[in-house]
Amino acid sequence: MSSEPMSVEELEKMAVIIRCDIIDMICTAAAGHPGGSLSATDVVTALYFRVMRIDPENPDWPDRDRFILSKGHACPVWYAALAERGYYDKSHLKTLRQMGSILQGHPDMNKTPGIDMTAGSLGHGLSAGLGMALSAKLQKKDYHVFVVIGDGESQEGSIWEAAMAAPNFKLDNLTAILDYNHLQNDYSVDDIMPIDPVADKWQAFGWNVIDIDGHDMAQVVQALEEAKSHQGAPTIIVANTVKGKGVSYMENVCEWHGKAPCQEEADQAFKELRR
Amino acid sequence: MTINQYHYLSPQIIERLESDETFSKTDQQPTRYAYAEAMLELGEKNPKVVVLDADVSKSIGTNQFADKFPDRSFNFGIAEQNMMAAAAGMATTGLIPYATTYAVFASMRALDMVRNSIHYPKLNVKIAASHGGITPGPDGVTHQGQEDLSIIRSIANSTIIAPADPATTKLAVWAAADYEGPVYLSFTRDPVPAIFDLNYPFEIGKAVTVRDGSDATIIANRDLVVQALIAAEHLARKGRDVRVIDCHTLKPLDEEAVLTAASETGAIVTAENNVFYGGLGSAVAEVLVENNPIPMKRIGVRDTFAESGPYLDLLEKYGLSANHIEVAVEEVIHRKF
Repeated sequence: MSSEPMSVEELEKMAVIIRCDIIDMICTAAAGHPGGSLSATDVVTALYFRVMRIDPENPDWPDRDRFILSKGHACPVWYAALAERGYYDKSHLKTLRQMGSILQGHPDMNKTPGIDMTAGSLGHGLSAGLGMALSAKLQKKDYHVFVVIGDGESQEGSIWEAAMAAPNFKLDNLTAILDYNHLQNDYSVDDIMPIDPVADKWQAFGWNVIDIDGHDMAQVVQALEEAKSHQGAPTIIVANTVKGKGVSYMENVCEWHGKAPCQEEADQAFKELRR
Repeated sequence: MTINQYHYLSPQIIERLESDETFSKTDQQPTRYAYAEAMLELGEKNPKVVVLDADVSKSIGTNQFADKFPDRSFNFGIAEQNMMAAAAGMATTGLIPYATTYAVFASMRALDMVRNSIHYPKLNVKIAASHGGITPGPDGVTHQGQEDLSIIRSIANSTIIAPADPATTKLAVWAAADYEGPVYLSFTRDPVPAIFDLNYPFEIGKAVTVRDGSDATIIANRDLVVQALIAAEHLARKGRDVRVIDCHTLKPLDEEAVLTAASETGAIVTAENNVFYGGLGSAVAEVLVENNPIPMKRIGVRDTFAESGPYLDLLEKYGLSANHIEVAVEEVIHRKF
């Protein structure tokens, strides 16, 4: 069914491969969102290569764990993880954002094997995940739903509608991961519309809150596994991350939210990542 | 007039139309209640059906579903965006959610979710929208969903049904469950006469001729079907023989029925309790102008908001009543010659 769950060391190596895929595909497409893809890479890698119960041969398996990238613009990380995990051939990564590609600019569940929910308009994914988690409870299934949300995305009111609803429905089969990279499209989250104290907010809404370094793979794995087994309430993992993580000139630079590297910049990124 | 001119109407209803009696309160029901009744039966038949509410279950009547099937009923509170995207998530797992609220909230408050998370991925969500048109008479403009049909019609993958009366509402609700993909169902807040019964041949996308006629055709939906029938009866007394089509499915439009009516009667009036941009009138006009541009007139809410008031008085004031339809039919017949 699925390959053996990876060790922390193996996951770290896979995260490097996925980060290189991200840079490569966005460079080839000459468009896309590298910053938020790189900040979410460690979380997505841990999910697909260790934590989630999935079967790449059978992407619609009813009992699979679900994943939603609610900050859909960071889909290069999702596409790369799915390709590396064997959902489709890696050659597709070169077709990102091209006409006829299975890899749309934002995730399309009907075009890409393994994409559990269409995403792109912010503030939908947590609600969709909540719906899946409700279904699991109703249908007495034991799958878990993981949703990555953004910090800028957390300015959407609908996020807080879902935040209010999930504990009320006792959805301990739902885990949100906040990719807290502190930057959004225009400027920093703190400059535009701060979301802090964000952990306190989620706690006040009734969530189990775990605060971690979102680039420390051991912490990421531990938090996700803890969240999966937590009972009685949904969990949110506040993953403190760095936008553009792993590529020096992208790290903490707002402009790399939605800008593609040229070939020279990409080559430098590969060098730094593979160091 | 002979009874044979009518189809699927009971003799009592025809008698009432012919004698020009007003419909008594006992013959009427808001179609939102018919929806709620239909869900009780559907819940029995189809275990995949679930109902999502947004704090108007007691207004629409889906609280009865919640009482009968507590495990399959979810009240999201006053949070329509969350409800719509959650419905999308539930549909991915094989459930058939009926996301229930008022038209203004379903089509505007939560439109982003309705477009991007339901229609784009073509998920099997049924959107049950009450308070369509200016039927929430007393509630006033904020609760009068006069744009929803036009808005949803502009979205790809959408199917829209606006049934005329309680019986056809039930048939529409049940048909939607058997249809794979998003369906937008439109109901009235105010009571409308029960003119049909469950023997009505309901099929999504198939308009039904409910009165024969050859001088002109009125194509109507939802609560204006009965107004169209009243208008046709008045016109009959003046020697005009007018066809009435219940075009319950706004999208996909039954183009064949429109074009047949155009060629056989030579003039068309559309009647909808919805803004006359982008709804039934527009849909019919689009078909006619590209195929057979005969004289046509649209009855609908002009470029205005309405106000609070009794339902039938509002129909009169805002140009939607049988009287207005009658005048429009006279005009298009006149333009034929």
